[in-house]
Amino acid sequence: MKNKWKNLLMLLAVVLLVVLPLLFVNGEFGGADDAAEGAITEIDPAYKPWFKPLAELPGETESMLFALQAAIGAGVIGYTLGLLKGRQGRQKLNDQKN
Amino acid sequence: MNKRSYWRFTALVGVFAVYLLLNEPGTAEAMHIMEGFLPVGWAVFWWAAFLPFFFLGVRRLTRMTRDNPELKLLLGLSGAFTFVLSALKMPSVTGSSSHPTGTGLGAVMLGPLPMSVTGSIVLLFQALLLAHGGVTTLGANAFSMAVAGPFAGYAVYKLIMKLGEREKLAVFFAAAVADLMTYVVTSVQLAVAFPSADGGVLASMVKFSGIFAVTQIPLAVSEGLLTVLLWNWLKAYSPQELSLLKRGAKGGNTL
Repeated sequence: MKNKWKNLLMLLAVVLLVVLPLLFVNGEFGGADDAAEGAITEIDPAYKPWFKPLAELPGETESMLFALQAAIGAGVIGYTLGLLKGRQGRQKLNDQKN
Repeated sequence: MNKRSYWRFTALVGVFAVYLLLNEPGTAEAMHIMEGFLPVGWAVFWWAAFLPFFFLGVRRLTRMTRDNPELKLLLGLSGAFTFVLSALKMPSVTGSSSHPTGTGLGAVMLGPLPMSVTGSIVLLFQALLLAHGGVTTLGANAFSMAVAGPFAGYAVYKLIMKLGEREKLAVFFAAAVADLMTYVVTSVQLAVAFPSADGGVLASMVKFSGIFAVTQIPLAVSEGLLTVLLWNWLKAYSPQELSLLKRGAKGGNTL
């Protein structure tokens, strides 16, 4: 029970860390890497990227792929945790029988 | 459902509603160093720096999965964790967004070398399909996220465990440091490639750290907490695997 509360608190902290900047910081929340791009052109205005990304997908497709990335990862994590939990449950059952 | 958990649930729904209302779909953002944004010399240099770790990682992985096939499950788990976390672009205190790396967990469980393989696979996925990062800059990005981060996290974990055996604290800091170190190294990589006209590398370093490392601090804390959550779960349900790692730690999961 104690551990459960601690876990809940940690989860709450993660949510707050994401929500609070959105509430209190006035920003665009664009990517840090785009900001770096700006900084590079500021330091060296003559710099031209010498290689282009192989594929530039439309924004919608891109967010689909990001969702897919998260979904695949979450699926594997869920599968693993479920497998481990089930395995332990079975083991307990066996221990009780014997 | 009792009253207390009912309120907790309502609060959670409220928080998420606010979050989703405020979270405007942003423009696409790249990840780490963008394609073509490192001069050719540096791009080659970081590829050369990264590749040895990749090959050592592959060797370590094949040996590990041959000797302890049970560890494949944890390997998959740590890879999936990196996969999920690097898809989460979280807003930060600097008013821009970045994402966690998720490499600390795998580094603590399996040692830093296997992460050089799983981490770079995640980066390749994002470089090829999402135009985030790039193929030319993959060497540099993989060096920061799949090599420097995991090694730093692993070192921190070992250090804290040696000092006082406080496992959760060690896992937290390992994940947070692995995350933060990734972006510190990214800042260094950009600073040495683009020294400022006045102030040189150091001035550039300050500038790029302001963009990457400062943005990353709250995200590093988030990642530390999430990693401890998963760690607690593993401890509760997979004592065999983790004890296998403990035994392996004497020669198995070290370098």
